[in-house]
Amino acid sequence: MTADPITDSRVSRRGVPLIDGLEKVSGGARYTADLDHADALVGRILRSPVSHGEIIRVDVSKARALEGVFAVVTGDDCPFTYGVLPVAMNEYPMARERVRYRGEPIAAVAAIDAETAERAISLIEIELHRLPAYYTSEEARAPGSTLLHDNKPGNLEREVHHEFGDWQQGLATADLVREAKISCAELNHAQIEPHACLVDYDPIAERLTVQSVSQVGYYLHLMLARCLEMDSSRIRVVKPFIGGGFGARVEVLNFEIITAILARAAAGKVLMRLSREETFLTHRARPQTDMALRLGMRRDGKITACTCEVVQRGGAYAGYGIVTILYAGALLQGLYDIPAIKYDGYRVYTNLPPCGAMRGHGAVDTRHAFECLLDRMARDLGLDPFAVRRANLLHAPTRTLNDLMVNSYGLAECLDHVERASGWRDRIGKLPAGKGLGIACSHYVSGAAKPIHWTGEPHAVVNVRLDFDGGITALTGAADIGQGSSTMVAIAVAETLGVSLDRVRVIAADSAVTPKDNGAYSSRITFMVGNAAIDAAKKLKAILVDAAAGKLEAHPDDIEVIGEVFRIDSGQQASLPFAEVVKAALADRGAITVSGTFTCPPESQGGRHKGGAVGSTMGFSYAAQVVEVSIDDTTGTVTVDKVWTALDCGHAINPLAVEGQIQGSVWMGMGQALCEETRYLDGLPAHASLLEYRMPTIAESPPIEVHIVESHDPYGPFGAKEASEGALAGFPPAMVNAIANAIDIDLDELPVTPDRVMEALVQRRRQARLAKTLKATS
Amino acid sequence: MHAPGPQPKKRLLRLRLNGRWREDAVAERELLVDYLREVARLTGVKIGCDGGECGACTVLVDGEAVPSCITLAVRCEGRNVETIEGLAKQGRLSRLQRAFHEKLGTQCGFCTPGMIMAAEALLRRYPKPSESEIRAALSGNLCRCTGYVKIIESVQAAAGQPHDR
Repeated sequence: MTADPITDSRVSRRGVPLIDGLEKVSGGARYTADLDHADALVGRILRSPVSHGEIIRVDVSKARALEGVFAVVTGDDCPFTYGVLPVAMNEYPMARERVRYRGEPIAAVAAIDAETAERAISLIEIELHRLPAYYTSEEARAPGSTLLHDNKPGNLEREVHHEFGDWQQGLATADLVREAKISCAELNHAQIEPHACLVDYDPIAERLTVQSVSQVGYYLHLMLARCLEMDSSRIRVVKPFIGGGFGARVEVLNFEIITAILARAAAGKVLMRLSREETFLTHRARPQTDMALRLGMRRDGKITACTCEVVQRGGAYAGYGIVTILYAGALLQGLYDIPAIKYDGYRVYTNLPPCGAMRGHGAVDTRHAFECLLDRMARDLGLDPFAVRRANLLHAPTRTLNDLMVNSYGLAECLDHVERASGWRDRIGKLPAGKGLGIACSHYVSGAAKPIHWTGEPHAVVNVRLDFDGGITALTGAADIGQGSSTMVAIAVAETLGVSLDRVRVIAADSAVTPKDNGAYSSRITFMVGNAAIDAAKKLKAILVDAAAGKLEAHPDDIEVIGEVFRIDSGQQASLPFAEVVKAALADRGAITVSGTFTCPPESQGGRHKGGAVGSTMGFSYAAQVVEVSIDDTTGTVTVDKVWTALDCGHAINPLAVEGQIQGSVWMGMGQALCEETRYLDGLPAHASLLEYRMPTIAESPPIEVHIVESHDPYGPFGAKEASEGALAGFPPAMVNAIANAIDIDLDELPVTPDRVMEALVQRRRQARLAKTLKATS
Repeated sequence: MHAPGPQPKKRLLRLRLNGRWREDAVAERELLVDYLREVARLTGVKIGCDGGECGACTVLVDGEAVPSCITLAVRCEGRNVETIEGLAKQGRLSRLQRAFHEKLGTQCGFCTPGMIMAAEALLRRYPKPSESEIRAALSGNLCRCTGYVKIIESVQAAAGQPHDR
């Protein structure tokens, strides 16, 4: 299995706009809330007013009696849990017996209009017996704390203890051992489209059609069948346009199942549109994380060992938690050559909305801590930040200590690019006061090599159709959520067939039509679905070449396809236009559908240790970035002046989209670094609007210069790897390192808000004064 | 569909919407965004927040960029309202629409209609805006996908200016 290089590329070198871009700029693109809902009932959810409590009574009789109410449902209507991992489905769509966070759904109504639905919600009577609630990992883990889940002592969802290599020996032989305690705030995805779901239940045919914002229609399909006890063949899940995801919609979300339960109870159609506040409450984003990281380093910058303890405040339910805490440890590896690693991870249950997967899943916070400590140690040893990173590069192909495959590795080139582009060597140490430069590296998987729902099927299937009209239709279950995956599929098919991009249409994510796909997560689509699309297109091409050969009375091996013309290779004049070849191909068999697949081989699926599959992938993307900052020491405000990023995506199938993905991920890293943070007061979110959850506006967003590095992965489609997550994790440490460069202060907490910078500056001034006074008096 | 019982007080609203005059009975408390989406079925106007936070609902009222989610529909009596659906003329996309498409100023596309309408208001007033004028004009419109780099490039391309990066 080797990738085919693109030789005669039509689109790849310059990049193309998104194939669904015209609908987006014209206003014609229909997102879930835009779908025709003229005859739909309006859904609303009653949410828990307390953070932790036993449910004594839920009385819906008054709500049910209200005119215009068609259905009222509660936890009694669904005794089935849902979730991600089969071993950790501990959440009901609507709470039963106990509520575990403020905002957890308790009941729901479907009514003739929003006013009636809201009135009905207000008529539901609930009685709760409050239980102790915990809002920090420390409180939840304290001895004697009330358990959120009876089978989880110490409120620990999962502990991970991994040791690879002799880390004690590694630390003992180091010239410098240093530790850092670093914490990162909880975030939210804050995709601009609020959650929404439109469900149509046909009571006569007993069929359910769901249109939702899901990144993984397949999971939604599975969980609807489970929670509604329906045969999955009676369910259809269709993806409309989706207004961003970033991981928010990778898990099945409670409101999706609730809406389906309501639609069945009301025997009709229900539209559920969550407010922005409810979208925040649904959550599933990056957890608040505390880290204690220790590195051993030789004088020349070579890392000798790493120990890392991570505590994640996971919220009230399992969700993706086990995967997140495993990723945090697994992806300490795969970026640098580290001879020994000890990892201890703790995922804690707390009485807050459940955390989940968010762009750079699990890897971002530990990478931040690692890259900050690396810089501090380089400073201690008098090494250049670039030199310390270059001292620890991997050499592909290789396998990491935890048995992850590294098949292509462009990090060295990434470092060269950003060093040159930023003028690092000429500028570092020579910047005016209050200005600084920082560097950091990062990486990410191109799709999890072992899917969570392991069924033995191929990792990706793409069908390609050709019919009398000469149009080529690629059918994929992969959800385009704005990242441009459908455009990637179209390019992969067009490039392989040698036809114009206009000839290819992509139909994505409709379970009645498209083959199942594992979904838009872990940056898997380009690598896996791209390979499957190429496979399908090759099969179709073989059929077309055979047909052309028959018609031209030549051997198939002698047929050459140039543009949309099939001709005999040997310089003869005989040739056939595409339409003629299609006619010939269809003559015997009629409409053609071919199926392409891609499977990650067992050797790519990680180590045999417990949790070893997490982090495994066929190809890592690699990134380096330099961040330039200015600090106002009277207000503590950090301004990011410019970012230079280089990312090794193997091969840029669509350079325009690759650039957009890199810029978006770097910028999202900036939000985490500078200003984004969820805050709770007794479990009540104080951040649940787009004003209070502060993400950067266009006014404070810097220019982001992108350098694409192509290491030509041996297994990627045309050599490609992922491009949308790898660069994120490098931003926060590059910025914090730049701040240290500017004002000589190491910050241990994210986000770096002005008050945190001010506090550090004031503390330093105080210490300086104290030292001066002491000196004067001694 | 409507709630049973007494209905809220309605008024006849007459306005020019994407170049055509029309009349509708609207509740006095009805928001412009709901009127545009639910009555006129112009769903290019998006709702991204709980009121005045994100700019996805931006439309033009007499050429001025306005968040339609914090504007009452009845305030538009006799006025000229334009949405993203009205920008393309005779089957041709506007220069901003073309630029956002070609320069990838749109990824998921949810903020795009509001972003383009805010940029449209800017370009009508200042045909050759500076980068800082672009940033100021779009600072009420949130995007979560692009990091804004290609949005600025799109507006610059539409204004016929070279990028200064």
